Amino acid sequence: MSHGIVWKYGDNVNTDVIFPGRYTYQIMTPEEMATHALEDLDPAFAKGVKPGDVIVAGKNFGSGSSREQAAACLKAAGVQAVVARSFARIYFRNAINIGLPVLQSGEAVDALETGDHVDLDLGRGEIRSARGTFRFLPLPQSVLGIIAAGGLIEYTKTRLKEREIEAQQE
Amino acid sequence: MGKTLTEKVLGRKAGKDVVAGEVVSVSPDYVLSHDNSAAIIKEFQKLGVRKVKAPGKIVIVLDHIVPAADEKYAQNHKSIREFVAAQGIPNFFDINAGICHQVLPEQGFALPGLVIVGSDSHTPSYGALGAFATGIGRTETACTWATDEIWLRVPETMRIDLAGRLRPGVFAKDLSLKLIGDHGAEMANYKAVEFAGPAAPDFSVGARLTLANMSAEMGAKNGYFAPDDKALKWLEGRARTPFVPAVSDPDASYESVLPFDLDGLEPQVACPHAVDNVKPVAAVAGKPVDQVLIGTCTNGRLEDLEAAAAILKGRQVHPSVRVLVIPASWQVYREALGSGALAALVEAGCVILNSGCGPCLGAHEGLMAAGEVTLSTSNRNFRGRMGHRDSEIYLASPATAAATAVTGQITDPREFS
Repeated sequence: MSHGIVWKYGDNVNTDVIFPGRYTYQIMTPEEMATHALEDLDPAFAKGVKPGDVIVAGKNFGSGSSREQAAACLKAAGVQAVVARSFARIYFRNAINIGLPVLQSGEAVDALETGDHVDLDLGRGEIRSARGTFRFLPLPQSVLGIIAAGGLIEYTKTRLKEREIEAQQE
Repeated sequence: MGKTLTEKVLGRKAGKDVVAGEVVSVSPDYVLSHDNSAAIIKEFQKLGVRKVKAPGKIVIVLDHIVPAADEKYAQNHKSIREFVAAQGIPNFFDINAGICHQVLPEQGFALPGLVIVGSDSHTPSYGALGAFATGIGRTETACTWATDEIWLRVPETMRIDLAGRLRPGVFAKDLSLKLIGDHGAEMANYKAVEFAGPAAPDFSVGARLTLANMSAEMGAKNGYFAPDDKALKWLEGRARTPFVPAVSDPDASYESVLPFDLDGLEPQVACPHAVDNVKPVAAVAGKPVDQVLIGTCTNGRLEDLEAAAAILKGRQVHPSVRVLVIPASWQVYREALGSGALAALVEAGCVILNSGCGPCLGAHEGLMAAGEVTLSTSNRNFRGRMGHRDSEIYLASPATAAATAVTGQITDPREFS
């Protein structure tokens, strides 16, 4: 269970406004990425975001480019999860792969507003707030495994190690 | 129950019968990356393995910022060249090849029945030739380099049944914009889009590449045409390997079927700042522009340059407009030199740039200042994509772009026919 404050946005928040193309092909540290998060959507976000905050948005969050920084910059900024009506597919994969929980709940999106205090429970699949408690679609077990490992790199690293050990035993 | 092309191709790879909704683990035929290989290499190095699993499957095309615009990009390119040499990756295309989504079809990588994943959102382009092709992220690409494996959910399929024929001055780009405008930018989120119906075979391979490319803007996982005689003929002399095409069965199960009549279609324009903010060109005609971009993975092929040249030949670019032309590949560049299209564009006052992505993604070669407007043949018009956050991008066909270049304001290309 962890606590955070809501930043709410609309439909079709695309990867260009989450992390502009002018920075996409520069290699940056996570801290540098965080300073550009949502730069072309809400210039106040990067300055005001606190660890644990939650982004709430409408449909098709993360549409557009496959740039992974659009997920990584939010994680680096301390965002604990994005709650949306729906996600663009590459964004969904990228977020899981870097360990940023992406949760679908139309009810939460309808009810929550910027500044609301929320508590998130990934295990139980719940978002709690003064406006009510909302369920989100539980993430599949395989995906939870990747998030629990801290992202696909750590997850794959462990699997490659296991295979190496198996190969040695054979 | 019959199967869709996507179910067949992924099932063949997975070694079992699969239906939409299932998750399969497959070994892809090719894994594409471009300038972002520099970042992928950094992720790969975290995995603790020394060598990529299948170097022959990796295809790297430098196209996003070519030639390097500054020392950071130069360093990226250098690290990619060193990695390619160290890993023995045979399929590397340096700055003189073109945009990956043109290079892979031209060089015979994009083939019917293949599974291609790429760390670029417009990877679905290869469905134009009947491949299953989809975009993935950088971390996932690094892991696929190491494991030669990726999980994919078999998507449901939306079929678009095309009937009638495109009228003069109306192109595949107009069709894609109209579909996205009518049904929204998430019309096919997570789905496969099959372009079918009696008019589908009429579309050239170039037009198919435009439509499959734009399926990414519908949110699609993959978009495709059934590989027919036209596609197979185009592949003669190009295909790098033998391949076994797949097509959807007549009794395949579709999530939805969308009929579309081409006869009544007019030229379309996507207005700022969303690809689904689409209007007929007549509704925005007269809007002054500062810049016109003709090119990109969506519309930089020979037929696109020739459509533009047909309007600009013997005319002059309007003095208040800067016109940038980028052939999608060096092969297209050479063909357009041969056909006279490039000469006509140069004579008209266009600036011809090196084959690559150019300013489309906002990194170099013609970015906009605050308040400026570009009409572009590319695929995205999000706020700030091609420069300042207060600049504007309109999307249209190469013919509309050329007509706009002549008049300095958004113009219906049919006025020049």
